[in-house]
Amino acid sequence: MKRAFDVRLAGLLAVLLLAIAAGCGGGDEEGGGETSTGGGGAANVSGSVTILSDWTGPEGESFKAVLDGFKQKYPNVNAKDRPSTNISQDLSTAIEGGNPPELAAVPNPGLTDDYQSRGALKPLDFMQDALSTDNYSQDWLDLGTIEGTVYGFFFKGANKSTVWYNVHAFEDAGVDPPDSWEDLTSAADTIKASGVPAWSIGAANGWVLTDLFENIYVRSAGVEKYHQLTDHEIPWTDQSVKDALQMMADIFNDTDNIVGGRDGALQTDFPTSVSAVFADPPKGAMIAEGDFVPGVVAGQSPAKATTDYDFFDFPAIGGSSSVVVGGGNEVIMFKDSPASEALAEYLASPEAGEIWAKRGGFASPNKNVGEDAYPDEITKRVETPVAQAENFVFDMSDLAPAQFGSTDEFTILQDFFKNPDVDATAKKLEAAAAKAYK
Amino acid sequence: MGQAPLGGPPPPRGLWSRWKGALAFIAPAFILIAVFYIYPTIATIIRSFFSNSGDEFVGLDNYKQIFTDDILLTAIKNNAIWVAVVPAAVTAAGLVFAVLTERIAWAVAFKFAVFAPLAISLFAAGIIWRATMYDKDPSVGTINHVIGVVKGAVSESGVLTEANASTEDLAGSSKSGFTLDETLQPGDTALLGLTAIPPDEVPSDAEQAVDPQPVQGGIAGVVWRDFSPGGGEPGKVEPGELGIPGASVNLLDDSGKKVDSATADSDGSFAFSNVGSGGHKVAIASTTFAEPFTGVAWLGSKLITPAIIIAYIWTAAGFSMVIIGAGLAAIPRDVLEAARTDGASEFQVFRRVTVPLLSPVLGVVFITQVIGVLKVFDIVLAISPGSTLNDATVVALEMWRKSFSGQNQFGVGAALAVFLFLLVIPVLLLNIRRFRRENVGG
Repeated sequence: MKRAFDVRLAGLLAVLLLAIAAGCGGGDEEGGGETSTGGGGAANVSGSVTILSDWTGPEGESFKAVLDGFKQKYPNVNAKDRPSTNISQDLSTAIEGGNPPELAAVPNPGLTDDYQSRGALKPLDFMQDALSTDNYSQDWLDLGTIEGTVYGFFFKGANKSTVWYNVHAFEDAGVDPPDSWEDLTSAADTIKASGVPAWSIGAANGWVLTDLFENIYVRSAGVEKYHQLTDHEIPWTDQSVKDALQMMADIFNDTDNIVGGRDGALQTDFPTSVSAVFADPPKGAMIAEGDFVPGVVAGQSPAKATTDYDFFDFPAIGGSSSVVVGGGNEVIMFKDSPASEALAEYLASPEAGEIWAKRGGFASPNKNVGEDAYPDEITKRVETPVAQAENFVFDMSDLAPAQFGSTDEFTILQDFFKNPDVDATAKKLEAAAAKAYK
Repeated sequence: MGQAPLGGPPPPRGLWSRWKGALAFIAPAFILIAVFYIYPTIATIIRSFFSNSGDEFVGLDNYKQIFTDDILLTAIKNNAIWVAVVPAAVTAAGLVFAVLTERIAWAVAFKFAVFAPLAISLFAAGIIWRATMYDKDPSVGTINHVIGVVKGAVSESGVLTEANASTEDLAGSSKSGFTLDETLQPGDTALLGLTAIPPDEVPSDAEQAVDPQPVQGGIAGVVWRDFSPGGGEPGKVEPGELGIPGASVNLLDDSGKKVDSATADSDGSFAFSNVGSGGHKVAIASTTFAEPFTGVAWLGSKLITPAIIIAYIWTAAGFSMVIIGAGLAAIPRDVLEAARTDGASEFQVFRRVTVPLLSPVLGVVFITQVIGVLKVFDIVLAISPGSTLNDATVVALEMWRKSFSGQNQFGVGAALAVFLFLLVIPVLLLNIRRFRRENVGG
């Protein structure tokens, strides 16, 4: 009968469609089956482990090389890296959905606090020996500790207390790399007189402005106050904050000493601000940003290290002692298994750091990654302070709750760049921080 | 088909047997709709009444935040601007293009050009406009480049673009010119030093600047680039410092009136001879400087929303043109001919005959645009640089930002989604009613 045939066909179609829907909508990454055997040699560990990170492009290639090193040591473990361009979003959604990866390397330790408070993280007690002052400075160890328990450690570090400059522009102006704030401001004036704006600031990216604030604040107010402000134990309306903001205002008010002037800089993003300094002829003489600048330069221009570009350490303010403001990627664990523990331990070892250090664009917080792991002079100078610095503090906006550190602080400082009103800005920062640090 | 009707009404089972075929076909689509539309909608509505982390019930707090948070209020205001301006503009643009392309010879090529942007996503359109058209730097952004060229053709060029004075006694700016404070008597000399001149801007015929020699009964001076590596000594002509040939210098009498002018030589020197008695001043004329055009800040906070709207209209006008063009083709030619024979001008034909006949089509385009514009998201995100995102933001973008861009404010995001839904519903109902009326009517 025609009708019966129609119904059966329709029924078949329905079942087929449902099966397809179920198949696609289903699980994304599987944690994988594991066969765990008691502790024992590397060859006994098997299973699979996924690590989510924000390393894409050349950084992604370097991290793959590190994972290859791991695979050689642990041939039976299937280690996968999952690069993401929006890691905080991916992780929040994965955790909400109940399906996080085993490990993640996050660039904002502030997020780690959030995950820990949701109960999503596993403590790293099994790594007690590796995570000791034999291998890491106390500053680095404290950063991975929440309420006395170690939840994370840092695999990659970054030195953000550097100022990169165009060597030729400095020669034409006849200035030497300054080592104090007064020298820096008078050098900037001389550079302006030589016909090149001294500062290239990518103000379209808010983190460029927060990095500048942090470098100034830790030197003008001291490390102690820096930690207090990070934890919001002192308000943003404190005089020390206003003093630092005033120093920034002095730079921002000298608008013809900034590439593009006020309006132009607000629309310039970080990569463009780097190319302005290393263009020929240079549009700006220096850029106050971290050790990732050479990577950007390499992609944009034939400028060479030391001959065309070089850096100096962010100058001391009022005789402040040497301190490095830096960033880094923290490795945290969501699911423990022999495979994920093995990968975590490997990443904490000097070998893992050395693989990437050789390729450049990497600083290891591990003290035991020797100077010689770094490929050239300039990389050595810029990356070794990350592990060896007398004082190391982490980027404040990365430690703050995301609402403040990744959003409000950026827009408030961008408004400050447009209109350098110190008191009003301090009040706005305090109001935003009060909301976020609840 | 084969059943012979018995006496009396058909048994209720007939309903099932009539409908089960249809139901079987609808079932897969219905299940997909239920899973991907109905369930998420209900879940979002419920979620909007809970806090951001999802644990506590907060009632209407999230909705209250929509009307108290500055950024969200800006988003609502921007959406209002979009709805007021864009659908009308897109419909009008489409109407004009559709009518024009009816008549011109190369209609197909023109239609293609206008329609092509529709083939790319709004996000891609946004990136194109941001990177090529709106960049503030005139050597990158097309619009600013054109403005710069026009400006350059209109205004005269100067020897230098801009400069600063090297000493405090030279007051002024490149816009107004620099005047030397000192009052000079015949036989005096004037040193006019300038800094902030990039070395490659110094004219190629410049030579080492020289100290001016006093001229009997006249005033002599030098205009030069007063900078040596390390800063040098401002106000003093030093070896290695070059003069600025071609600089215009004015001689002013005590009342400030210009009485003479001169042009600097290749070593920067100039001289006014036979200056009358009494005090005089010298000034570097503003015509020496051609203020470089630094570009209009299209992506700055004042112009960002108009900039995005222009890019959106560029993308959407093609859609509107095609639909209205189809409507236009459906208008019977004899009505237009009759109007023309009756003596109506082209414009009158357009206004009184074409447009009223097109009004259903125009209505369709307009309402579709209203719905699209209420939901606009990707082009706003693509064009706005981080620094002006808060000025350009719209409700749909805030919904995404609050929930997913690291802020994790899922409760507020859900409330915004529901809010947007409530805004769009009346427009949708209007559309549905129009369709129903049209179907019933014809």
